Amino acid sequence: MFGTYLYRELSNRRKQTAIIAAGMALAIALVMIVNGVAAGVRDAQATVLASVYGVGTDITVTQEPIQPGGGEEGAPQEGPRFEFGAEDGDTANGTTALSQSSLTSGIGSSTFDADALTTALSLDSVAAATATLALSNVSFSGEVAAPTTTDTGETAPGEGTQQGGRGGPDGAGGSAFNVDTFTVTGIDVAGESVGPLTSVELVDGRAFESSDSDANVVILDTSYATTSSLTVGDSLEIGGEEFEVIGTVTSTSADATTASNTYIPLDTAQRVADLENQISTVYVQAASSTDIAAVQTALQTELPDASVKTQEDLASSVSGSLSTASDLVGKLGTWLSIIVLAAAFLISVLLTTSGVARRTREFGTLKAIGWSNGAVVRQVAGESLVQGAIGGVIGVAIGLLGILAINIAAPVLSASATATATTGQGAGAGGGGGGNRFGDAATTAAATTDIALQIPVTFGIIGIAVALAILGGLIAGAFGGWRAARLRPAEALRSVA
Amino acid sequence: MYELSELTKKYETKRGPISALNKVTLSIPTGQMVAIQGPTGGGKSTLLQMLGALERPTSGTVTLGGEELSAMPDSRLAEIRARTIGFVFQGFNLIPTLTAQENVETALAPLGLSNSDRRLRARAALEKVGLGERLTHHPAELSGGQQQRVAIARALVKEPKVLLADEPTGNLDEQTRDEIMELLEGLWRDEGLTLIIVTHDSAVAKRAERRLYLKHGSVTEKK
Repeated sequence: MFGTYLYRELSNRRKQTAIIAAGMALAIALVMIVNGVAAGVRDAQATVLASVYGVGTDITVTQEPIQPGGGEEGAPQEGPRFEFGAEDGDTANGTTALSQSSLTSGIGSSTFDADALTTALSLDSVAAATATLALSNVSFSGEVAAPTTTDTGETAPGEGTQQGGRGGPDGAGGSAFNVDTFTVTGIDVAGESVGPLTSVELVDGRAFESSDSDANVVILDTSYATTSSLTVGDSLEIGGEEFEVIGTVTSTSADATTASNTYIPLDTAQRVADLENQISTVYVQAASSTDIAAVQTALQTELPDASVKTQEDLASSVSGSLSTASDLVGKLGTWLSIIVLAAAFLISVLLTTSGVARRTREFGTLKAIGWSNGAVVRQVAGESLVQGAIGGVIGVAIGLLGILAINIAAPVLSASATATATTGQGAGAGGGGGGNRFGDAATTAAATTDIALQIPVTFGIIGIAVALAILGGLIAGAFGGWRAARLRPAEALRSVA
Repeated sequence: MYELSELTKKYETKRGPISALNKVTLSIPTGQMVAIQGPTGGGKSTLLQMLGALERPTSGTVTLGGEELSAMPDSRLAEIRARTIGFVFQGFNLIPTLTAQENVETALAPLGLSNSDRRLRARAALEKVGLGERLTHHPAELSGGQQQRVAIARALVKEPKVLLADEPTGNLDEQTRDEIMELLEGLWRDEGLTLIIVTHDSAVAKRAERRLYLKHGSVTEKK
């Protein structure tokens, strides 16, 4: 009887059923799309973050600069300084060719004691941890006018004074030089399951081996190798030492670059940069996702001066239109979903309760012929539940179509995650000779990419949609049922007599 | 069958309490056909609701088959209505979205019968009231008399001991009224029912074995 009655009611009251189902469908579809976009944005953020922090990293430990000054742990590094002696360089035809490179932890970045890694590894619920040292290599190369000797014997470098027709390399008595900067990351060659190299794959050559721990070997990002015309077997000067290129890597994500231009063994990086026992980041993987908060707290307790961040915290470091999309989804999308959902629920509740009011005589009659309160409430709630379910099914279909449309359109979002690397090139000219310009040498993005938004269709999203539809039906049914239950048969029959 | 003792029912209104029944004491034996007459507002429908376990008295008692209705919880009253009492209303009170057969089946739903039993009994009840050819018709597709026949089938399909009819012919023409009354009388005789009819129509009341007159909440026997 329940099923027959329910079917007859819904099929004969099509208008009400259609309105409730349509409202619910709209809300469900919107919730699905907003949730889907949020998941897509999260995936995109994860891709960007993975390219910087590696796959599987739950927590990173860094140290914020504490105050200007060099040498002290945690103190930010100053820019590289190049000093040339009077005898340095090769002088020919009135110009002196100079070249020097410096490996530092980069302007504004800081390092800390490698014992932090030991501390992290000693904690319960830490599955793996590794440390890296993010560095910046700045190379100065160029030609300057040969110094002239004054009467007092003092040398005035770079004054660009011309004598006897001598000129500088620009033909006008000035100087020209290049400043080339690339990022260097020192990593543990043991190949931990976390860290920046977990999100890259080998393109050419080989990966690090244990025997490379203190060797002058380097692996290049393919993009950097291409732009620098370097291949496996070539050599590259880092921090004034020659390194052999043993491999090239690319990001496992088709959209992203890797976190660094070059990778060298951690011990080598510490030695060449004169940062013995110093690291810049510890990458930590918790034993399970439920342990992340506890591990974060424990790390913060053990390393009070450190900055301990989870992936969730790190997501805020992603900028660009992806970040804008994330904000949009997080704020406008969520509120829009809530408002539409609330409106759909309200419409459903109002139509159900008004339906009960309209059917007062019907329910009064049913009670008069022996239907219990429970049976009447079940009938009303059942009708609402089915109306919600119809809306849910339609909503899921619309939502899936919407997601499909977005995935086909694949809107491109630009994203970047900041890291410690710097890049830049400068050139100076003129008689002053001191025009050393580091215009781009401030901290910039290590992984900048355009990502086509793809919304994942998961059982979770569909499950949420179905659950909301059922919830809407239950809420409307509860209100309608409550009203029907309150009807006393005599009053119900009298009210329509 | 029914024993009413000092039965009083008052309704609270904005203008103060209104006494619909005033210390009514009455006995209705099993199998009797009783007509209740009286002016509008005299308390006829209220008395019928008391007899039908739809309303609780303000004071006094209503006993049906030895069980005091006024002391029972709602769930037990619903059970008594489902098994013992049949209702026929002036406005038929059929569910418009259900067919004639499905309307009759609604009276069997609380009894927990199987689907097939329910259908068989509903068909048999409709055939008994002369609507065997109208099983799948909706109320809107039936005349007033046919709708009342469906309502009577719904009331009788559960084989109640009591049939309470509130102005059962009030919305019908004279010819249909007579047909319905003949049907009710026939069922009363054949089924051994206690039939209590509230009516304004003297022609209907004259068919009853016993006539009661209800005015200002008080009952008098009418010869």
